[in-house]
Amino acid sequence: MGATIESEIATARPNQDVFSGVLQQLTADDRQIVVVTSDSRGSGKLVPFGHKFPEQIVEIGIAEQNLVGVAAGLASAGKKAYAVSPACFLTARALEQIKNDVAYSDNPVRLVGISAGVSYGPLGTTHHSLHDFAALRAINNMIIVAPADNFETEQAVKLSAAINKPVYLRFGKKPMPLLNADETSFEFGKGRVVKKGNDIAIIANGETVYPALLAAEKLREEYGLQATVVSMHTIKPLDVELLKTLSENTKAIITVEEHSVNGGLGEACASYLLQHGYKKPFKIMGIPDEYTVTGSQVEILNHYNISQHGIADVAVQLLATI
Amino acid sequence: MARKSIAYRKNILKYIVGANAGHTGGCLSCVDILNVLYNNVLNVSPATFASPDRDRYIQSKGHCVEALFVVLADHGFFPESDLETLCKYKSHYIGHPTRKVNGIEQNTGALGHGLPLAVGTAIAAKMDKKEYRVFTLLGDGELPEGSNWEAALTASHYKLDNLCAIIDKNSLQITGSTADVCNTDPLDKKFESFGWAVMQVDGHDLKQLAETFAKMPFETGKPNLVIAHTIKGKGISYMENQVKWHHGVPNKEQYEEAIVELDHALALV
Repeated sequence: MGATIESEIATARPNQDVFSGVLQQLTADDRQIVVVTSDSRGSGKLVPFGHKFPEQIVEIGIAEQNLVGVAAGLASAGKKAYAVSPACFLTARALEQIKNDVAYSDNPVRLVGISAGVSYGPLGTTHHSLHDFAALRAINNMIIVAPADNFETEQAVKLSAAINKPVYLRFGKKPMPLLNADETSFEFGKGRVVKKGNDIAIIANGETVYPALLAAEKLREEYGLQATVVSMHTIKPLDVELLKTLSENTKAIITVEEHSVNGGLGEACASYLLQHGYKKPFKIMGIPDEYTVTGSQVEILNHYNISQHGIADVAVQLLATI
Repeated sequence: MARKSIAYRKNILKYIVGANAGHTGGCLSCVDILNVLYNNVLNVSPATFASPDRDRYIQSKGHCVEALFVVLADHGFFPESDLETLCKYKSHYIGHPTRKVNGIEQNTGALGHGLPLAVGTAIAAKMDKKEYRVFTLLGDGELPEGSNWEAALTASHYKLDNLCAIIDKNSLQITGSTADVCNTDPLDKKFESFGWAVMQVDGHDLKQLAETFAKMPFETGKPNLVIAHTIKGKGISYMENQVKWHHGVPNKEQYEEAIVELDHALALV
């Protein structure tokens, strides 16, 4: 597996690049797709989209509330509106528009949060989105998806165009290797098992699935432990059936996310598990409730143990409590 | 149409009293505008509400929903008797517009949302080369919301002459005079500098309102703004220009006094 992952790195692309490419493919056959941007087409890799489909891109300028409100108006008139903006701004500054104009009015806007999590690294707290899962989870009528690799991204973008519902897609900037070429099923609300094992389950999403998979390799090679690794790309609706299976078939569960430990994937899983009688060791890994350390994305994630070694260490410690 | 305005006012009071809740003053300031829009301007009816070619009306000042409900009921979007459930347990008829009610385009209530929604819809009409127009009604008290000004920029940037924003300028909001709370005057100059074509009207003069809307687009390539000068609580002497009627509900005696005044006005039409 390790060798497989290494070979995938050469062809790995950032998920938000894949988003742009797939959207261009879809738009060639679907004139109802409209991209709405807030001076964000460069970071959203949408400059080629703008060149190819100048009639299907609406530039708003740096005004995220208006971005989402206008996108909702477009959606209400039948457009497949993709509102693309850095996740940090999209889901905080325009939160009321997301709540009311998209979700409550049921205007099927595709919200696309780019450069999510701590992708902006040393640019700091203003540019980090560590709140978006928590904020959007509390809003009714919202599908929340953080694809892990290029395959999941392609599938998620295609699915978002096919369904006519409010959805939030969250992408980062880091090239993401394919996780498991054999596991080719993808649907919103169904976690993707990318590796199977009976000792511990590591449930991650977005760009943290990859270090989780590397951690599973380390656990096998150095400790002889078998880990299941799940890409829980959809946080809402959560795949509780899979959670139930994991809780029954493994000895402990770790969740990993590029998000605050408050209100994200981990607490969503914990809420289900606790209310359904789960009594085994459980650990939420994410960004703690503090101002993040300065560094690149990788440095920040490493600092908080969201790394191959960090996740493996936590797994060993957790299993040692049994 | 003048008789309709009075009948609408009577129903607004009736259902606000029935619900023991509502934004009485603002409903009475905007109901003449709604009268003209639905009876003279908008190409929309229960039969055409699902049509992609219908004119759109989005009420940004969602708290004055009782006026809109009364006008929609008059147009057969739902039975008027439904309004007896206004704000009651499990009713779809809540204190702000919701799409669960036939005829409502967008769920509003939080302020500063109508104009961006209308701008997006008007852009879609331009993209699709459709003839429908998009109207949105704002209160003057909601203008400090920055999203309005963001959308005002976008509207002129995209030359949305199929968009009409109407400001119900009754000059009062919950705290007091809008000039004292946050002065937004001169609205005409502000919007003109943002690239809009602006007309000012007496918001209770039905003929003037109809003639104004008939002039759309006021200037080719510019979004339309109608500043409607209105009186909060219009039609009920003791309510007019009194801030306490922003969301005041008349008691039994006050209600009866208001109905007597409206019936008297009806007899004079």
